[in-house]
Formats: sequence, structure tokens, C-alpha cells
Amino acid sequence: MSLSVDIKKRLGNFTLRVSFTVSGGILGLLGASGCGKSMTLKCIAGIEEPDEGKIVLGDRVLFDSEKGINLPPQKRKVGYLFQNYALFPNMTVEENIAAGAAGIKAEKENAVKEKIEMFYLKGLEKKRPFQLSGGQQQRVALARILASEPDIIMLDEPFSALDSNLKWLLEQELMELLAAYPGEVIMVSHNRNEIYRFSDTIAVVSDGRIDAISSREQLFQNPETVSAALLTGCKNISRAEKITSHTLKAVDWNITLYSNRPIPDNMTHVGMRAHYFKYAHGNDNTNTMNCTVVKVIENPFSYIILLKNNCCSGGADCTKIRWEVDKAVWEELTAKNSPVRLIFDPDNLLLLSQ
Amino acid sequence: MDLSPLFISLKVAFTATFITIFAGIAAARYVLKIKRFKGMIDGLFTLPMVLPPTVVGFFLLVLLGKNSVMGKFLMTFNINVVFTWVGAVIASTVVSFPLMYRTVRGAFEQFDINIVYAARTLGIKENKIFWTIVIPNVVPSLIAGTILTFARALGEFGATMMLAGNIPGRTQTMSVAVYSAVQSGDTKTAYSWVIAVCAMSFTAMVLMNFWNGRQAGKSSKGGGF
Repeated sequence: MSLSVDIKKRLGNFTLRVSFTVSGGILGLLGASGCGKSMTLKCIAGIEEPDEGKIVLGDRVLFDSEKGINLPPQKRKVGYLFQNYALFPNMTVEENIAAGAAGIKAEKENAVKEKIEMFYLKGLEKKRPFQLSGGQQQRVALARILASEPDIIMLDEPFSALDSNLKWLLEQELMELLAAYPGEVIMVSHNRNEIYRFSDTIAVVSDGRIDAISSREQLFQNPETVSAALLTGCKNISRAEKITSHTLKAVDWNITLYSNRPIPDNMTHVGMRAHYFKYAHGNDNTNTMNCTVVKVIENPFSYIILLKNNCCSGGADCTKIRWEVDKAVWEELTAKNSPVRLIFDPDNLLLLSQ
Repeated sequence: MDLSPLFISLKVAFTATFITIFAGIAAARYVLKIKRFKGMIDGLFTLPMVLPPTVVGFFLLVLLGKNSVMGKFLMTFNINVVFTWVGAVIASTVVSFPLMYRTVRGAFEQFDINIVYAARTLGIKENKIFWTIVIPNVVPSLIAGTILTFARALGEFGATMMLAGNIPGRTQTMSVAVYSAVQSGDTKTAYSWVIAVCAMSFTAMVLMNFWNGRQAGKSSKGGGF
């Protein structure tokens, strides 16, 4: 089954304008808070109504402003997992799951029994939501969604309210449970690691638009746009000008860089991930930058070094460089007390357009 | 002593409360659903709470009196509300309605809207969502609203006087009986009814606090500001 979305919705100063098509696999929507990713899900579910556009799921038109079609959420067969799970507080686990189940009484009872088994909820049938742990609540919510037999499941920031240990467990559990689900899955998150682990395809949403959409590997190796690079965690970005097919001038860094990848004509920026820098031991001058250490921030297993670029003469435009380095490597370097010379790895330069 | 004011009061207050529960829920649901004129309609529903009861009574008299369109229409069915206990019920209902309406509306507004959204995406019909999910979760507020409504209906005086009058044995409620007794200098009767009204109202408030306390205790220990 495939889902195609092409909608526009105005909300005060903000305009949501997304269009994408997915078929099969898990789609992740990655974006900062307030970029419109949750609103997109709500439009697909029918909770919010777009101003114009079209939403088609399989062969069913869910919304079409031109033809005046706007199916109520009840008829869309879209499962929506809310961040707080939105279980019905007045109902038991059983009743919650049965609430959305289709069919006559016997069919409902079967569906509930099956889901209780499948989601390891045995023994909790008569409990109410407030008596359950976070993980159990999530399983009930998911069981309830699956009992309603949706064509697509949408997960709205499913882990953002959890501490990191529980989050990891729930994430693994959710992945296992969803593996058996044949329909479409869309997940929304602002956490790039979460999205990467979960999705096959990732769409970067920025300021109400889909900025980039590609396979997860491609997106992280070659984000192509500045906002995709930022959202996938690239910390060092400079304006850039193309010189030849493989060399470019990084304007903010005042340095000429060589890239192993051919440089596209529409490149406006160059990016370098903080952990891809290498340290220059010899006198090699290709792609190297002389820096002064400004600040050292300690993480559990690495250091983040904030550096000032020495090649940059002007005071104000001297962009800070961020380098993430293993503890052992950095401790060895500081012991030698040598000046910091960074190599911009020509394999890992991100060539970006605005 | 003639006990009829007690029974009339209870009959009127119970009937008015019964009507107000449903009218208040329906009105709160309606106001939350509409998009235009929300403020105006909300104002209209709340007005009886802030207007002097005599003014409310006057409006009702104009609306339902024998010379009004509505009054004439009712007369064709041989129904006359003015100076009857039905009139007292109408007066009490109108005056106590805003208490129920506002309490229920507040409860609806605080209800987690995601729960309603989730129910919709699960395919549950709107009316079923309302009666099996929303209402059971706002029961504490409904009870609080009901007790407030009952207490207000029991104490209703001004509008009742205007519409139902002060006919002993037919429309004379306890609060009206206090007024009559004082007017005729019968302090002893006045005291009896004052004590009765105070006792009943106080019991209602204690009941409400007891209920609220139990609800609060369920969710957390609760601290002061």
C-alpha cells in the first residue's frame, strides 16, 4: 500500500506545505520542534484539515480539496500513536483494546485475546492505564491501534518523554512489534539517532517544508541541503564557492578544500561533521587548518574541542570549529603540547545547497 | 407548622437540578463545538448568574406570561406556568443553569484532547466517544456541578417570586416562606426555615468538598500554594 500526500495549510504566520509519496517500509520525518511534522500527521489522520491538497492511501482518497472529499478520522483507517499514548483512563486494558476493534462481539473478543497475547499483556487485562508502567501503556496503545486494523500506523514522537534507558528498551520492543505489521509506518521525531535506527526512508522537515527525502544511509552520508545537514547533526558549516570540479573555497573558513566527490554547480555551503576531522601529524598542508583551542568540553567518552581558525584574519567572521575526538587521542595530543592542525577529510566533506 | 414549603422546595430543586444537568452538559458541548459567536453565546448562557434574579424573573414573566406568544401557545394546551410550581422549576432552572454549564465546560476544556483524537482515529463514533469516554472521565466535575446547582436551586428566591409568586401550599418554597414570615412578624417560623435552609445548603457543600477531597487524594497528595 502506498501513501501520497500533497497538502498546504496556513496557521498564522506559518505555512505547512508538504508533499511526499511512500510505499512500504518505515518513513521517518525528522525535524526540529514546531517545523510542522506533527501537523502533517494530524492532517493525514483527519484530526486537522488542510486548506488545500490531496491525501491518498492505497486506492482510497482520504482528502481532496478540489473534489470536496474529507473523510472523518473514523473512516480513514489511520492508526495514531500519541506521545502520551492517550489511553482511555476510565477503561481497563481489555476495554481499551476492544474500543477500536471492528466486527461483532465474538470477533472483538478474539481480536482482544490475540492482541493481549501478542503484546505480552497477559495478567494485565483488568488493570487501568494509571496502574501500568510507561512501557506497558505503550504496548496497550499499540495493541489498541492494531485491533482497529489500520492501513497505516503513525508514531508521533513516541519516546521523547522517556529517560534514555527506558527509551532504549521501548524502542527495541516497538521495532520488534512493528516488524510483523504489513502496512505503512510513519514516525515523527526530532532525534536523529532514533529516526536513523527506525526508518528506511527519512524526510527532513524544515519550516513547514520537506527539505530532503532519501534513504537513511544516503541522507546521513550526503545530506545535500544545509537544513538536512544541521538536522542530521553536522556542526561545522561554511559558505562555499566552487573553484574546479573537485576544489572549493570555504568562504567563512578562508581555506581551499579538495573533495573526492565531484562538486555540484549549485553548491552554496560546505559542511564537516565534528567527528570526521583528522589530526595532521606531518607537514601535509592539503585540506589542513591551523587552529587555536578555545574551549574543551568533556563528554563521557569523548571531548568536544571548540577551536578558533587561525587562517581567518578578521575577528568577527572567524567561525568556531567544533571537533569531537576520542578521549585517548586528545589526551595524547595535549601531552605533546603541539598546535592543533585539522585535516578536512576529502571523503567526508558535505557539499550542500541552500 | 405547615411543612409544605419544605416539600415544594425539594420538589422544585430536584426537578430543576435534573433538567439543568442535561441542559448544562448539552450547552457546554455545544459551545465547545461552535467556532463563531462563541463569546456571545457563552455570555448569554452565563448571564443568569450575574443578573439580579428579579431581572431574570421579569424576563421569564414577559416571555411566558399570559399575554406573550409563548404563554398563549402554552395556554392552547391548557398549561400555565405563571404562579404554579412549574414556574418555580423554570425560574430555578434558569438561575442555576450557568453553574452547571460553567463547571462542565471547564471540565471538558481540561480533558486531554488527544484522547478524543485517538478515539476518532480508532473509528469510534462521536456520540459514543462523548458518552463512554468523555463523560465518565469528568464525573467528579459533574457531581460538583450538580451539588452547586442543587444548592442554588434550593435557595432561589427572586426569580421564583416573580414567576411563581408566593402561594402557600402551592408555590411557597422555603426561601419564600422566610420572607413571608418576616413580613408578617412571625420570627419563630422564620427561624425554623432559616435553620432548615442553612443546614441543607451546608450539607451540600460539605458533601461536595468531601467528594473533591477524595478525588484529589486519588491522584496526588496535593500541596498548598
